[in-house]
Amino acid sequence: MDVAWEMFLLKVFYGILALVAILTFAAYAVLAERKVSAWIQGRVGPNRTTLPIVGDIPILGPFLRSLGLFQPMADGLKFLFKEEMCPGQVNRFHYHLAPILALIPALSVLAVVPFGQYVASTGADPIPLVLADLDIGILLIFALSSLGVYGIVLAGWASNSKYPFLGGVRASAQMISFELAMGLSVLPVFLWVNEPGSIGGLNLARVVDWQDNGWGMIFVQPVSALVFLVALFAESNRLPFDMPESETDLVGGFHTEYGAFKFGLFFTAEYAHVIVGSAIFALLFLGGWHFLPGVEDPWPIGWSGAALSFLWFALKTFAMSFLFIWVRWTLPRFRYDQVMKLGWGKLLPLALGNLLLYAVLASWMG
Amino acid sequence: MNEEILFYLFSTLMLFGGSAVVLSRNPVNAALYMILALVSLAVLFLTLDAFFLAALQVLVYAGAVMVLFLFVIMMLDVDLRERSRPNIMAAALGLVTTGAVVAILLTWVGEGSTIRPSVGSVPTPGNPLAFVTGSKAFGYALLTKYMLPIQVAGFLLLVAMVGAILLGRRTKLKSSEGKDGS
Repeated sequence: MDVAWEMFLLKVFYGILALVAILTFAAYAVLAERKVSAWIQGRVGPNRTTLPIVGDIPILGPFLRSLGLFQPMADGLKFLFKEEMCPGQVNRFHYHLAPILALIPALSVLAVVPFGQYVASTGADPIPLVLADLDIGILLIFALSSLGVYGIVLAGWASNSKYPFLGGVRASAQMISFELAMGLSVLPVFLWVNEPGSIGGLNLARVVDWQDNGWGMIFVQPVSALVFLVALFAESNRLPFDMPESETDLVGGFHTEYGAFKFGLFFTAEYAHVIVGSAIFALLFLGGWHFLPGVEDPWPIGWSGAALSFLWFALKTFAMSFLFIWVRWTLPRFRYDQVMKLGWGKLLPLALGNLLLYAVLASWMG
Repeated sequence: MNEEILFYLFSTLMLFGGSAVVLSRNPVNAALYMILALVSLAVLFLTLDAFFLAALQVLVYAGAVMVLFLFVIMMLDVDLRERSRPNIMAAALGLVTTGAVVAILLTWVGEGSTIRPSVGSVPTPGNPLAFVTGSKAFGYALLTKYMLPIQVAGFLLLVAMVGAILLGRRTKLKSSEGKDGS
C-alpha cells in the first residue's frame, strides 16, 4: 500500500474516532443534563438502570448504578428499537430528510476543531491535534453550523401541522438574527491575534497559540466573550432561547411529530451542538489546552503530553457544557419578541461597538 | 484525478439543482434545490483551492440568504402551481442569453485567450497583489487594489436596502390607510 492511501485511511480512522467520541460525549451530556437538573431541583435523577454483570460487582456495581452511568445505553437502545412511526399528514421525503440534515452539520464541524497539542522534542513548535488544519477554521465552523437550521426549518414545514410549523419559522428568524452578532463577536479576537506583518488567518489553533501564557482571551476581550456566549446559546437553541422547541406553548416545537430514532437524531444533534459550542468557546476565550493563568504548560514531551493537553481541554469543554445545563435549569424562557429585540437591538450594536473599540485599540497600539 | 471526479460529480449536482429550481412546482422544493446548487458551487471552489471563497459561499448564500428565502416562502405560503404553464417566449430568451454568455466565455476567457490571467500569478515580493486565496491576502487585495469596486458595490447594496425599506413601508402605509377607510 502506498503512502497516500495510508494517509487517507489514517484520516478516515481519526474521523471515525472523533465521531465516536462526540457521540459518546453527547449521550453522556444527556445523562449530565438529567443528573444536574435533578440536583438543582432536589431530586435524585436516573439511578435504576443497570447492566447484568457489571451491576452485580459488590460495591462498584450499585455505585455506578446510582450515578446512572448505564442510562445512556438504555436510552440509545430504546431509540434504536422503538417502532418507526410516520404520521399520515406529513410530507414524507422532507420529513425523513430533516433529522439527517440536523445531525450532519453538527458532526462535520468537528473536522476543524483542534483538541490538543503534540510537542515532538524540547524547543520544537507544538503541533495542534486537528483533523483538518485549515486557514479558515472559524469561518468553516460558522458556515457548516449555519446549515444546521435547515434541519429544524424543514422538520417544522414537513410535519404539516401548526405547532411544528411555528417552531420552524421561529428557528429560521432566530438563527439569522444571532448569526450576525456571533460573527461580529469573534472578529475582534482575530483582529487581536493577527498582528500586522504576520501571515494571518482564521485558524483556531492560532488563537490558542496566542493564549499560551495561560491568560485566556476572556480577560482581554470580556465583551466579545459575552456576546459570543449569548449568541451561542441562541444558535444551539438552548434555554433561555429555545424558541423553536418551547414546549410550554408549542407542545414540542419542530419535533412534535417525530418519534423513535428520528427524534433521537435531533436529540443527538442538540447535544453535539452544545459540546462543539463549548469546545469552541474554550478554544477562543478560555485558552484551549493551555494550563492555568501565568503557569507554564506542564505537559511532557511526546504523546503522553498530547493526551494530557487533550484531557485538560476536555475538562474546560465539560465545564462549559455544565454552564449550558446550569443556565437551562436556572433561567426562565424569554418571550419570542424579547429574543428578537435582544438579538437586533442589544447584541448587534454591542458587538459592532466592541469591534470598533478593538479596531481603534489595535491600530493605536500598533 | 480525485479532483476531477469531484468536479464532474458536483458540477452535475449543481446543474441538476439549478434546473430543478426552475422546473419544480413546490416552492419549498425549489428553495432546497437552490441550496443544493449553491453548496455544490462551494465544493467546486474547494477543488480550485479557494477555501475562503467556498466558506463564504456556504455561509452567506446557503446559510443566510436561503434561510430568508425559506422563511418568506413559508410565511407567505406561495403557490406556484397556478403559473405552471411554461412561457415559451421567456424560455427561448433564456436559452439565447445563456448560450451567448457561454459563447463569450469560451471565446474570450477560455484556453489561449489574452484576458485570462496567466497561471503563474502567485504573489511575490515584487507583486504582492497577485491572485491568491488566503483570507488575509484576500482582504488586503480587496482594500487596496479593488477599493473602488468594493465601494461601488457597498453603495449599490445601500441603495438596494434603502429601496427595500421604502417599498416595504409604502405597502404598510397603504394597508393601514385602507383599514382606516373601511
